[in-house]
Amino acid sequence: MYSHLLSEFTVQRMDDRCIRCQVCERQCPNGVHEYDKGLDRMFTYEEKCVGCQRCVVMCPTKALFVRSHPSEYRMNASWTRDKFQNLKKQAETGGVVLTGSGNDKPYRIYWDHMVLNASQVTNPSIDPLREPMELKTFIGRKPDTLKINMDGDVPKVESELHPNIPLASPVLFSAMSYGAISYRAYKSLAMAAKEFGVMFNTGEGGLPVEMRKDYASNAIVQCASGRFGVDQDYLNSAAMIEIKIGQGAKPGIGGHLPGEKVAQHVAQTRMIPQGTDALSPAPQHDIYSIEDLSMLIYALKEATNYEKPVSVKIAAVHNVAAIASGIVRAGADVVAIDGLRGGTGAAPLATRDNVGIPLELALASVDRRLREEGIRSKCSILAAGGFRCSADVLKAIALGADAVYIGTAALVAMGCTLCQKCYTGKCAWGICTQNPYLVKRLNPEITSQRLVNLLKAWSHELKEMLGGMGINAIESIRGNREHLRGIALEEWELNVLGVKGAGE
Amino acid sequence: MAKILVKPEVCIGCHLCEVWCAVAHSKSKNLIKAFIYEDPKPLPRVAVEEDLPLTFPLQCRHCDEPDCVSACISGALHKDPESGRVIHDKERCVGCYSCVLVCPYGNVFIDHENRKIVKCDLCAGLDMPYCVSNCPNEALIYVSDS
Repeated sequence: MYSHLLSEFTVQRMDDRCIRCQVCERQCPNGVHEYDKGLDRMFTYEEKCVGCQRCVVMCPTKALFVRSHPSEYRMNASWTRDKFQNLKKQAETGGVVLTGSGNDKPYRIYWDHMVLNASQVTNPSIDPLREPMELKTFIGRKPDTLKINMDGDVPKVESELHPNIPLASPVLFSAMSYGAISYRAYKSLAMAAKEFGVMFNTGEGGLPVEMRKDYASNAIVQCASGRFGVDQDYLNSAAMIEIKIGQGAKPGIGGHLPGEKVAQHVAQTRMIPQGTDALSPAPQHDIYSIEDLSMLIYALKEATNYEKPVSVKIAAVHNVAAIASGIVRAGADVVAIDGLRGGTGAAPLATRDNVGIPLELALASVDRRLREEGIRSKCSILAAGGFRCSADVLKAIALGADAVYIGTAALVAMGCTLCQKCYTGKCAWGICTQNPYLVKRLNPEITSQRLVNLLKAWSHELKEMLGGMGINAIESIRGNREHLRGIALEEWELNVLGVKGAGE
Repeated sequence: MAKILVKPEVCIGCHLCEVWCAVAHSKSKNLIKAFIYEDPKPLPRVAVEEDLPLTFPLQCRHCDEPDCVSACISGALHKDPESGRVIHDKERCVGCYSCVLVCPYGNVFIDHENRKIVKCDLCAGLDMPYCVSNCPNEALIYVSDS
């Protein structure tokens, strides 16, 4: 069928700079560039371009530009270009429109409508370069009260303590499974988490056996609806276990790793036959109620001798506060909430762009509900979905999060440019692919350093902003909404967030 | 002795080492000038071997017992006892290509225009060879004399 789709991108080549080195041709997995030896010219097939910018970055003479294609339909506020293109795509294929990465629609980003406080005159600010500043935090259930008895000069904690995991900084890498992302991308996350003293999340693709010795102590292992790679050793090797109920990018939907991506080692790690589709059902088939969830939580605790905190990850949806309350009462030590802008390797576009609620609102209402019910100390809250910078992290902690998961930001640090073509398995940056030629593009030694640098930079910035507020520990800003003010928000939004308007 | 080592597992097959090698041995040492305006065009002394997905660049190994030096009929190639480098003297080269024939790595290249050969000189005079410093994925490692 002749395609009516417009090209998404246009590729421009400055001929006075192009040296015909063909780096662009070799780097493009979509066949956009082609060298004709006889004519000694480069040719471009821009309709294949996904705008990943790999060729632009790699071109040694900076001879290339890739930008949005200038051809336009008649301006129409209702029938926008993306609506047009998707309609035409569906008319040509009859299929569900797939996409990758997180929601790119202009829903209000509440981080950009909240500002932080700073000390002036009446209380001193702190210079983190001269005075101690604590970013270390612990994830897991805390005792309701702390009883200490003195044994002579030695204080002894009498209260029952629950397993907690330490974090050097309140930023963790969110669940991205081996299989969805390449082994090297996965290993880079593990290496960076270990070096910096934070955690990475295995996603639902298991944890390769050879990585357990070095990296399992920094791993949060997922037990998701497909149960891929789950066995006793997997659970016991990890620092924490996470039951995945939902994902912010696609609440209510399962996963589908196409058989082409299930290479030998992926298959071995997931404990499924090579080349078969890895299908994660939409629900966990043994969980149809809070009571069922409780059974799984305690089954996992039982399997790990009550030595690991158990997290339950849900997508931010309507009534998230009541759901979170149920999760804590079911025995979870951690509630992870993944918001509307959370990423994915593949999701139906309709779901990604229209299902779920913004993380900021979900986080604020969950934190408030758990406080009101007096069970906030029984769990930690991990916030996920669309954290772009350290200020977002700090605002989330002020709204009640214990720590945040970053996924997209970590991928961007590794090279990702959010072209949203993760589901094609042709990632030009070697991240979301199992193609042996493409995966070489990640050198874990470099990539893990980029991730460590990102964590280091954010941690510095967190300390600077905390110091400005006169606070010397991340624990002291947690849920401290007095340090937030809303800007250009409606009253209902301020009420849900539990923050005052700026100037109040 | 100085050597360039390769990590094929992170070589992405971009051939930028070839591009920058040519620049290193150009008159202007400027990428665009060298490729677009210089005549004769600069030649690389490194070649990326490909059998996808495997790719890796290979340049003169500066062998301990170099066949090329033994084969050279004009004394243009010699092994420098101090640095261990196999050095090519362009003035003496007669373009017989015996070295090209015997090199077990295929790393002596023909300069057709001048009827001479070109080969890796480890970017003599520089701290770091161009191919190593410009590899975007750090697939090349330079082990210096010290």
